Amino acid sequence: MTTCFNEMFDDGAVRAPYARLEDWTRSLPAGLRHMKQAEAEALFRRIGITFAVYGEGGDPDRLIPFDMFPRVFTANEWARLDRGIRQRARALNAFLVDVYGRGEIIRAGKIPAHLVYRNAAFEKAVVGIVPPKGVYSHIVGIDIVRTGRDEFFVLEDNCRTPSGVSYMLENREIMMRMFPDLFRENRIEPVDSYPALLRRTLASVAPLKCEGEPTVVLLTPGHFNSAYYEHSFLADMMGVELVEGQDLFVEGEFVWMRTTEGPRRVDVIYRRIDDAFIDPLCFRPDSMLGIAGLMDVYRSGGVNICSCPGAGVADDKAVYTFVPEMIRFYLGEEPILNNVPTWQCALQDDLKYVLAHLGDLVVKEVHGSGGYGMLVGPKSTADQIERFRARIEENPAKYIAQPTLALSATPTFVEDGIAPRHVDLRPYCLVGDRIELVPGGLTRVALTEGSLVVNSSQGGGVKDTWVLAE
Amino acid sequence: MLSRTADTLFWTARYLERAENMARLLEVGARISLLPSVHGYRSEWDSLLQASGTAEGFARKYGEPVARNIESFLFFDRDNPSSVVSCLTQARENARIVRAALTTQVWDVLNTAFQEMKQLERTPRSELELTQLTEWVTRTAALVRGSIGATLLRNDGYDFLNLGYAMERADATARLIDVKYYVLLPRVEFVGSGLDNYQWMTLLRALSLHRAFHWSYAGDITARKIVDFLILNPENPRALRASVEAINTALGRLASRYGRQMDAQVRAEAMLAPLSETSVEGIFEEGMHEFLTGFITEIAALSHQVWEDYLTGDVR
Amino acid sequence: MILTVEHVTRYAYDAPVRGLVQSHRLTPSDSEGQRVLDWDVSVSDGIRGGRFRDGAGDVVESWSVTGPVLAVEVRVTGRVETSDCAGVLRGHRETIPTACYLRDTPLTWADSALRNLAAQAQGMEPLQAAHHLSGVVSKAIAWTPGATQSQTTAAEALERRQGVCQDHAHALIAAARDAGIPARYVSGYLLAGGVQDAAHAWAELHVPGLGWIGFDAANGCCPDARYIRLASGLDAQDAAPIRGSARGGGGEVLDVTVAVSQSQQ
Repeated sequence: MTTCFNEMFDDGAVRAPYARLEDWTRSLPAGLRHMKQAEAEALFRRIGITFAVYGEGGDPDRLIPFDMFPRVFTANEWARLDRGIRQRARALNAFLVDVYGRGEIIRAGKIPAHLVYRNAAFEKAVVGIVPPKGVYSHIVGIDIVRTGRDEFFVLEDNCRTPSGVSYMLENREIMMRMFPDLFRENRIEPVDSYPALLRRTLASVAPLKCEGEPTVVLLTPGHFNSAYYEHSFLADMMGVELVEGQDLFVEGEFVWMRTTEGPRRVDVIYRRIDDAFIDPLCFRPDSMLGIAGLMDVYRSGGVNICSCPGAGVADDKAVYTFVPEMIRFYLGEEPILNNVPTWQCALQDDLKYVLAHLGDLVVKEVHGSGGYGMLVGPKSTADQIERFRARIEENPAKYIAQPTLALSATPTFVEDGIAPRHVDLRPYCLVGDRIELVPGGLTRVALTEGSLVVNSSQGGGVKDTWVLAE
Repeated sequence: MLSRTADTLFWTARYLERAENMARLLEVGARISLLPSVHGYRSEWDSLLQASGTAEGFARKYGEPVARNIESFLFFDRDNPSSVVSCLTQARENARIVRAALTTQVWDVLNTAFQEMKQLERTPRSELELTQLTEWVTRTAALVRGSIGATLLRNDGYDFLNLGYAMERADATARLIDVKYYVLLPRVEFVGSGLDNYQWMTLLRALSLHRAFHWSYAGDITARKIVDFLILNPENPRALRASVEAINTALGRLASRYGRQMDAQVRAEAMLAPLSETSVEGIFEEGMHEFLTGFITEIAALSHQVWEDYLTGDVR
Repeated sequence: MILTVEHVTRYAYDAPVRGLVQSHRLTPSDSEGQRVLDWDVSVSDGIRGGRFRDGAGDVVESWSVTGPVLAVEVRVTGRVETSDCAGVLRGHRETIPTACYLRDTPLTWADSALRNLAAQAQGMEPLQAAHHLSGVVSKAIAWTPGATQSQTTAAEALERRQGVCQDHAHALIAAARDAGIPARYVSGYLLAGGVQDAAHAWAELHVPGLGWIGFDAANGCCPDARYIRLASGLDAQDAAPIRGSARGGGGEVLDVTVAVSQSQQ
């Protein structure tokens, strides 16, 4: 294991943002800690926040492990992240409006045309559409890793429907309930304005034909979906209806919701289902989750869909490589947050390098997510590497590779005390008539010693994330 | 409110009430089986299956009605859609779906009960007394009902919950009386006998109504008093009349909230008249079984009307 | 040439439909080869929804019917003045980048037989290759109504060596894309005499310098003044003139009549 940056200890000394936490851990004997841990788990279970992994079966009420040791950023560190995240969210949206419009960035030769236009996430059906306020992706989740005191990298962008924000809010809620003293002693920026900001953002992108206060709804695939808790929680916190496809229908120029008092018009749909399923008349005809005719209403300005269909082309792992280019092209700025160097297996030279260094690299599927279909070279056996090599050779364009980063670690409660574990960070940036970002995000932690995979479907846990006030 | 949300709330309440009724039925069975048997141990338990409408399902799975199997079937069996566990699971799943329409307290009580239920399922049966189980159900049901009453907004969701509760209770009470008369009593000459009276007492006890009965009616248990108490007495919360009044209250509130009278209100009101105007004699004249069958049919028709008027999603 | 179109689609249901929504691309767009003189689309008991021109330059119109109904009729009537442009689509306003039409779909996926077919055009100039592939597909698939269904893929049709205009178009599109030529599916009308039970379809291939060129492999020709172009897409499903969905209704019986005739004035 290469040495990594420990966010609490630098050169053996406790870093300032963690100073008070050190006292706190001393005041927390093992017995009390176990009790608190059990209490936290009971709280999570009682509020019903669970995570079911697709296709794994087992207990649908499984909890994501919650680690009570918070992860802390100073005001300065956050200020930089904040600027970098907003910059990225602006560039990604500019890119989306451009590629569904004139395609200037492609004409300028900054991004290869095939990467965009032949991309499965590029929706031909929305070419020419400029959504309200020129925003395609209203909730941008940006996965960030830290490798040093001042080194942050963006691992990937999520422009469609990034999940996990309910954990950010609930983790904080539970920490405040269990350790009120910690919040009195540390000046921690609150995150609880997120639902109100989300609702404001959604209302700010009401469609052309909407008059008056827009009616916003949250569209879920249904209660069998693994993120249903989050859908229900967000709808509740925002005070908007949580709807399934069957609750909505198209009539005339609008979308309506079926209520006990008759049809009620819907103006903005925050959808948590994939493009392919939202309208059987436009995309997959076999979809039972969507609303027939929705895309026609959207395209004629009768409703807005957040994120807009087609937004996924900006967060594709192959397009990711070009985000720094986007920032320079559209904003005329230098990227504040760097990309992780990435090799495109679709390119001959890159492929050659990747195949020669499989043991040192992380290889990912371009369209994969959730930590599936990836190879972590240094953590794999020779046999696993060889099997993955065959898969890459069969269809190189499906893969990209990145160096194995020495992800930073933060102190984490483990069986016999406290030990460093690797973490990442997903903040949620809201884009509407203005850009909003609450100070914080979801910190995911790889609970297994030495592991770099933080995905909750692969044994990852979550932590409360603090941003300290000045 | 969303039609689907209203429908889900309506069924949450029905499942909760159904779970409670099933538990009470189990208690009746357990108590009756303690009685020195006059006509064979078997048929008492058998009558329980008849009363819960699950005899066929049981026969298919277990064959002979043995006490232990019946208890398992009616309480724990997930293959039996009317078992306590099935009903509570459904109720909790429905509540999870419309979590935002409920308060934290209501959800908390229901979800905690669900976790406790899973614990009970994991406990060896030999460590569980039947009364312990049934008491747990009635306590849980009361907790949920109490937190609804204490914390929920008096909005249309509240009305649909109450509608579900009242309709399920009306249906269940009618069936229970019907079964008592036509299944539980082995032969018609037992009517009014000591056995009959013991059974009625058991039933009242299981409904937690035996003391109320004695406060309301002095002296011996007679068929007249029982019929009056369980069907016509407006003070008895389980009487058919009280249930139909509750249905009318909920529907009346919906009509004034939505500013619109539907067919359901007309139908519900029409059900109330016979109950407030009929006497015990009238019911006996019509024939108890006929009266109850007619009532059960009416309730089913009303349930369908409520669906047509509010829950289909095609309301204009 | 002035063409008159009467295109009627009738849906009959076993049980009342509670609601129906359709997305139409039933209105031709003006281009050099066609000019709409008058045109009307109506849906029985229908409510007209949004109307717009999509990125492919096709007119999309949304319709809904509030149930309950047992039958729905979609009636299209109109007149279009056409001229022969040797199959070349000119003056058609569209914004979708050509490269999008290199993407394959389940209906147009090229198997080894289609890839072999595409290989025959290797080394040819794009225009020559397009003509060559159209000719090869024409010969490879014999026009045989009833041999295939709407879900038959290009690969399956080629294997059966039988099919209708949809299959010819799919096979040509699959082969062309494999040869690196952007290709798309076009639905429209053809002056064929008498009453037909379906509209027509063909393929368009993109040739640098010329743009999109129609190839009707089923008839072994390029579209001329007898053709009216309605809509395009990646395959038949994507270019369907009517896409719809009904709630309830049970079984559905579909009856289509298409009559295209030449007007005297």
